[in-house]
Amino acid sequence: MKARVHVMLKNGVLDPQGEAVKHALGALGFQGVEGVRQGKVIELELADGTTEATVRDMCERLLANTVIESYTVELG
Amino acid sequence: MHAAVLVFPGSNCDRDLAVAFEKAGAKVSMVWHKDTGLPDGVDVVGVPGGFSYGDYLRCGAIAANSPICGALKEHVSRGGYALGICNGFQVLTETRLLPGALRRNAGLKYICRPVDLLVGTADSAFTAGYEAGQQITVPIAHHDGNYYADAETLQQLQAEDRIAFRYAENPNGSVGDIAGILSANRRVLGMMPHPERMAEPAHGGTDGAAMFRALLDQMVTA
Repeated sequence: MKARVHVMLKNGVLDPQGEAVKHALGALGFQGVEGVRQGKVIELELADGTTEATVRDMCERLLANTVIESYTVELG
Repeated sequence: MHAAVLVFPGSNCDRDLAVAFEKAGAKVSMVWHKDTGLPDGVDVVGVPGGFSYGDYLRCGAIAANSPICGALKEHVSRGGYALGICNGFQVLTETRLLPGALRRNAGLKYICRPVDLLVGTADSAFTAGYEAGQQITVPIAHHDGNYYADAETLQQLQAEDRIAFRYAENPNGSVGDIAGILSANRRVLGMMPHPERMAEPAHGGTDGAAMFRALLDQMVTA
């Protein structure tokens, strides 16, 4: 089975990379880009039967720094 | 004083830190990240700068979960001293031994130059050689030194006089111009600037040396 973890900076934590991407899109002539947030996707190959709770534990302990980042887990 | 300097794959300020401890008069042991214990009698653990594990995932995140960091946490919970510089500061926040986190610099650039710091408090073994408000010059060299803590944590750091150093001119977007902070028991210091790179005249300045001397004095009189 697979799990996909999305890690994003929490709302309210400045994302300088997202801001830079927003400016670059504006410079390319794209109108109306009002905000960009950049995160990361981590794909996990897991033994069948691994629970969502286990994946969330992985997120809490390593994959995300919950001081500044939030995460979501997609299974399957 | 017996200092242990941790060495991770990708550490590159470990020997500089060892030299700074030695010049101040300490005995130094280098400790590999796969070790599960510290040598007997270690007073202070130095977590050096560099790029542990290539900064993979997040700066300091993999190092924070290495075997030696289990021993570091035990050392700190027993009241031991620890000093994390640059990547070492990132490791200390990732282990949650210090609050907050270090984000990408606000200007997105890696910054490597001397900066002026204001000493926030002289009330710690690390900063007792300075006076509160004193300005010192120490280099920074980082891409992810933009300190973040939520408003509540920030207020607590201020109320408890735990902001060890502030930037005279904020180079990286850190909240409250914070360059270094202390733990609640004042025995763990994390800072982005490199005092070990300003510790003898050949470095172009010696403002960092007072930290290592003060630490040694504290250990000798303790």
